[in-house]
Amino acid sequence: MSNKTKIKVQNVNFYYGKSCALKNISMDIFENQVTAIIGPSGCGKSTYIRMFNRMNDLIPRTRFEGNIHLDGEDIYKPRVDIVDIRRRVGMVFQKPNPFPKSIYDNISYGLKVNGMKDKGAIEERVVQSLKDAAIWEEVKDRLHDSALGLSGGQQQRLCIARCLAVKPEVILFDEPAASLDPISTKKIEELIEELRKEYTIVIVTHNMQQAARISQYTVFLYLGKLIEYEPTDELFTVPKNKMTEDYLTGKFG
Amino acid sequence: MKKQLSQNMGFGFLFLCIGTALFFLGSIIYFIAIRGFRILSWDFITQVPREAMTAGGVAPAIVGTLYLTMGAIIVALPLGVACAIYLTEYSPKSFVVNIIRMSINNLAGVPSVVFGLFGLAIFVKLFGFGVSILAGCCTLGILVLPQIISASQEALLAVPQSYREASLALGATHWQTIRSTVLPAALPGILTGVILSIGRVAGETAPILFTAATFYTRGYPSSIFSEVMALPYHIYALMTEGTHPQEQTQIAYGCALILLALVLAISAAAIIIRQRHRKSYEQ
Amino acid sequence: MYRIKEKIYKGIFSFLAFASLIFLVGITTTLFLEGLPVFKEVGFFDFIFGKSWYPTYEPPEFGILPLILGSLWVTFGAVLFCVPIGVGSALFINELASKRVKAVLKPIIEILAGIPSIVYGFFGMVIVAPFIQRLLGLPVGLTAFTGSLMLGIMATPTVCSISEDALSFVPRSFREASLAVGANRWQTLTKVIFPAAASGISTSIILGMSRAVGETMTVLMVTGGAAVIPHTFFQPVRPMTSTIAAEMGEAVMGGTHYNSLFAIGLILFLITLVFNVIAELISRRFRKKLGLGR
Repeated sequence: MSNKTKIKVQNVNFYYGKSCALKNISMDIFENQVTAIIGPSGCGKSTYIRMFNRMNDLIPRTRFEGNIHLDGEDIYKPRVDIVDIRRRVGMVFQKPNPFPKSIYDNISYGLKVNGMKDKGAIEERVVQSLKDAAIWEEVKDRLHDSALGLSGGQQQRLCIARCLAVKPEVILFDEPAASLDPISTKKIEELIEELRKEYTIVIVTHNMQQAARISQYTVFLYLGKLIEYEPTDELFTVPKNKMTEDYLTGKFG
Repeated sequence: MKKQLSQNMGFGFLFLCIGTALFFLGSIIYFIAIRGFRILSWDFITQVPREAMTAGGVAPAIVGTLYLTMGAIIVALPLGVACAIYLTEYSPKSFVVNIIRMSINNLAGVPSVVFGLFGLAIFVKLFGFGVSILAGCCTLGILVLPQIISASQEALLAVPQSYREASLALGATHWQTIRSTVLPAALPGILTGVILSIGRVAGETAPILFTAATFYTRGYPSSIFSEVMALPYHIYALMTEGTHPQEQTQIAYGCALILLALVLAISAAAIIIRQRHRKSYEQ
Repeated sequence: MYRIKEKIYKGIFSFLAFASLIFLVGITTTLFLEGLPVFKEVGFFDFIFGKSWYPTYEPPEFGILPLILGSLWVTFGAVLFCVPIGVGSALFINELASKRVKAVLKPIIEILAGIPSIVYGFFGMVIVAPFIQRLLGLPVGLTAFTGSLMLGIMATPTVCSISEDALSFVPRSFREASLAVGANRWQTLTKVIFPAAASGISTSIILGMSRAVGETMTVLMVTGGAAVIPHTFFQPVRPMTSTIAAEMGEAVMGGTHYNSLFAIGLILFLITLVFNVIAELISRRFRKKLGLGR
């Protein structure tokens, strides 16, 4: 396994108003690996993953302490280029959220806002992204239909394609299969497996089996604290912490 | 048994209510349509008034109303939409913004005659526009400003937050997100609000009483500093001034019909747009 | 590079927002500036509670009690008309109308809410007033009653529309729960749905009242315009709004008469402000109660 650190998290605290949502978290996320974040609902999983592309900036009255480095660059230092961070760290959300535009425009959106003008190049990238997201065959005849006409699973793969189009380095998945049927879920899981070759992937999931299936590393969060962080094989077979074991065996959660 | 009886009586009462409401509203439209049609003709719409308001057409009043309405929207639309964008997209959601929002809602309920007073004191007097199209447009513009702000805010707030997040997560800037994602999604809602306010402006009388309107002009207004005739005010003037009540009432019927048709068509258009838009959301 | 652009856009929007807020603040300021001198010249109590309004006599009298009472009288009458009919219509649309009828009635009511007030005034003047005069054998048809009736008709669509919105927010589970325990539809409507929507409906009533108090052209044309303290519904009155509309044209700019009309405007502004604040507070509580976050 490659052990190059892509994201370095150091002593991170996060507050909603006065209540502390994440407490003193430190860990390294490795390049070209899938890192799964598991834990019971309300443990801060989503809050945590949204730190890596500074999505939490949108929520008023929140406060961040600590450091997060992306390739050695502090993404929370003052005057950092947030737009550039978000381009480098893509995100796929819990609920599929295509824009109310055509399939083609959904994918080309990210390219256009990042200043790509050449129509031929845009088209090429759109097609490639749809192929990479394993949805090309299903939509190639209706690229100019509304994306809202797609099924939930297709919409989610479209959102993945939209994310791939801007060629990020890291992709964050926030429970990408939470609202999908088993077949769509399987497709997405296979896709993530495939994407690992080129991207660093962080995924939040509620589903322990899913984490075990697709990830190389797993971190267990509980009430905003990092309880255990290990290679997935180890965490699931020989958890070091009693709490992790209880969670994995279904004693709570 | 008693249960059944009370239900029948109750439902009967409700039936009576809707019947009464529709009867009154229907009869207003009916009377004005029937009597208005008698005088309506091509000349009535395209000619200037003749023989001391007893003959000829009301074209200058129609044109005046169009000028005032368009002018008011030109004043209020950019200000109102920009204000709504600022309040929903740029300013942090704070106590102060809440206060501002509440006061805007309140201003939407302030009587139109009060806006007329404001227009008189500020535009006619202080800014020295005199009684003119310009003063009227500004007054009417300020009158619909709160309405346009509220409607636009509502439309912007209805845009799902997930659209904004998706756009920002792709590396779009704040302004790109607003322009390419938020505004297109909010457009039908904003449009509905704007069209409804156009309908309101076209029918307003009190705010232009002392800022723009006059009973009679020779022909059409020549500049934005001229006084104008306007349909709603013309109806009022025909009924309360002049020396030939009989003929004037006939002309007033014609004006009322034109105004009514104009305003109802405008609000119907707005409501149709909204209905269509709702359907497309539900898909 | 893009950061400068972002700053410029934000700057433009904050400037325009600020400009429109200035105008809106300006309204309040203007009313105070132009209206307050009267309270000094005439005296607060003499102005509000003075029983005679003769602004052009020598010496003039500026007591607006007849005007305030005229407004209240007309508004009160309008409420008596528009509340039962508006709310009843809303209940009909919500409960009895089939889906199809509802789909037609709702937009129609909403479109009717847009009929300009001048049209009501005109209709009241040429059709309703002569009819009432003949029907009741009155010396004139232009009375507080005529005004109330026209305002009532005018406010009905507003009351109906907002009430219907409130009713449609009541969750379906409420109705189902009531029907499931053996209540019939009327009992469900009066004992479950209506109380659940009551605060939303009261908002509609207050907004309807606020509209009636502030309405100008209709009352100007149909209430007859006599500035005397009304004793019955069937005599002419002169509400505050129509006083402003009728007299501003002849008032000398900067004179006491002119300022007193602004002071009337100020009072109107405050009255509608109170109505709107109450409506806002009630509707906020209503949303909270039904768990409709905002």
